[in-house]
Amino acid sequence: MARIIAGVGSSHVPAIGAAIDNGRTEEPYWKRVFSGFEHSKEWMEKTKPDVAIVVYNDHASAFSVDIIPTFALGCAAEFPPADEGWGPRPVPVVKGHPALASHIAQSVILDEFDITVVNKMEVDHGLTVPLNLLFGSPKEWPCPVIPLAVNVVMYPPPTGHRCFMLGRAIRKALASYPEDLRVVIFGTGGMSHQISGPRAGLINSKFDKAFLDNLTKSPKKVMSIPHIEYMREAGAEGIEMVMWLIMRGALDDDIEEVYRFYTVPASNTAVGHIILENKRRAAKAAKKGKRPAVGKKPGAGKHKRAAARANHRNVRRGK
Amino acid sequence: MARTNPTAGVEHDYDDIPGTFVFDAEKSRQGYHLNMFCMSLMKDENRKAFKADEAAYLQKFPMTREQREAILKRHWNRMLELGGNIYFTAKLGATDGLSFQQVAAIMTGSTQQDYAEMMLKGGRSVEGNRSKSKNEKPGKKPVNKQSKKSSKKRG
Repeated sequence: MARIIAGVGSSHVPAIGAAIDNGRTEEPYWKRVFSGFEHSKEWMEKTKPDVAIVVYNDHASAFSVDIIPTFALGCAAEFPPADEGWGPRPVPVVKGHPALASHIAQSVILDEFDITVVNKMEVDHGLTVPLNLLFGSPKEWPCPVIPLAVNVVMYPPPTGHRCFMLGRAIRKALASYPEDLRVVIFGTGGMSHQISGPRAGLINSKFDKAFLDNLTKSPKKVMSIPHIEYMREAGAEGIEMVMWLIMRGALDDDIEEVYRFYTVPASNTAVGHIILENKRRAAKAAKKGKRPAVGKKPGAGKHKRAAARANHRNVRRGK
Repeated sequence: MARTNPTAGVEHDYDDIPGTFVFDAEKSRQGYHLNMFCMSLMKDENRKAFKADEAAYLQKFPMTREQREAILKRHWNRMLELGGNIYFTAKLGATDGLSFQQVAAIMTGSTQQDYAEMMLKGGRSVEGNRSKSKNEKPGKKPVNKQSKKSSKKRG
């Protein structure tokens, strides 16, 4: 079975992508932002997931106002970077995982999440900036990526509760996938910011910090934040933080916050970042080294037992 | 267009947020052509055609007179009011060589420098910016609670 081992929350500010693409990461303004992700890149390097699911929103790149899907799952084999008006970002083409993605789509639809299946899609900074922040700038992304685009551009986006429950449904879908895969799920966007209208520039660090605290310890509190509160407290565009709840919903109840970073600003936005590990994995990591090296894969015992049962049956039948 | 719109004038809780145009399903309908015009600017040849003769280029999109005027005069807030969405109008900004932050600065009525400085100092405070009604009761309560909690946890 495939399973979620950890969740990553991260802002996806376009100016962060521009700073990477234009070689400005060493400037003091940007260094302050990028230094917060150094540890995360090391963590990702060690974690080596088999697949990443990235929950993000499209910013009028793949979807215009012609079609506005609430949840759209990328099932294609690859997703080229979109031209957002300055030419496509110079980042690798994102390779998908069509088999797992379509398995998830089928499973969550039967679980009553009527998501849109997307077999052709370009991806914008909403997806590629968090990949850069966690994987750096490699020639190829180190693992397949399944994009899950959420509408947060047109009001109303899905509720926080709905997002959380979709995360739960994704977790369930992974459990019935035949191959053993270790999956990291990203929730991206935010944190507090408003980029439109005379109130642009709004930042609410208190709101953001409470959001991060509760995301780990009391997700129910975060789930029940109404849209009006996001918009009033965290800015009109701050509402995109609902996407983090898909990530949280896909994790176990019992999780460990292994890293957090927060800084203001990157352009117009408060940058927030968190890494949450399922306790099962955290416990395993802690035990690592103490455990004697056995050349046994998890689940090998199960197969052995099954083989023994079959053998026993055969013996009884006189084969 | 001649038909009256039964949802026009319906009040929403978010109408009370100051300095904010919420892009909802109604605005999405109203601003469809304006936003599709902005979308067309993702292609270089369209950007060139627009720059060569803005008014003529806009004729390709069946917008209202007000919408066309707002675009030609670069009235960024007015575009949002008339159904534009910031992620789309930002493409017009990009065509003009403006970054998201520069467009944001114009919408707030401040200079780019003042705006950037405000952001470096932690951004626009939510205090006094939650509600159009003066007493600000709707937003203040939850945040006071949250701030107490987070300071406890941090302490």
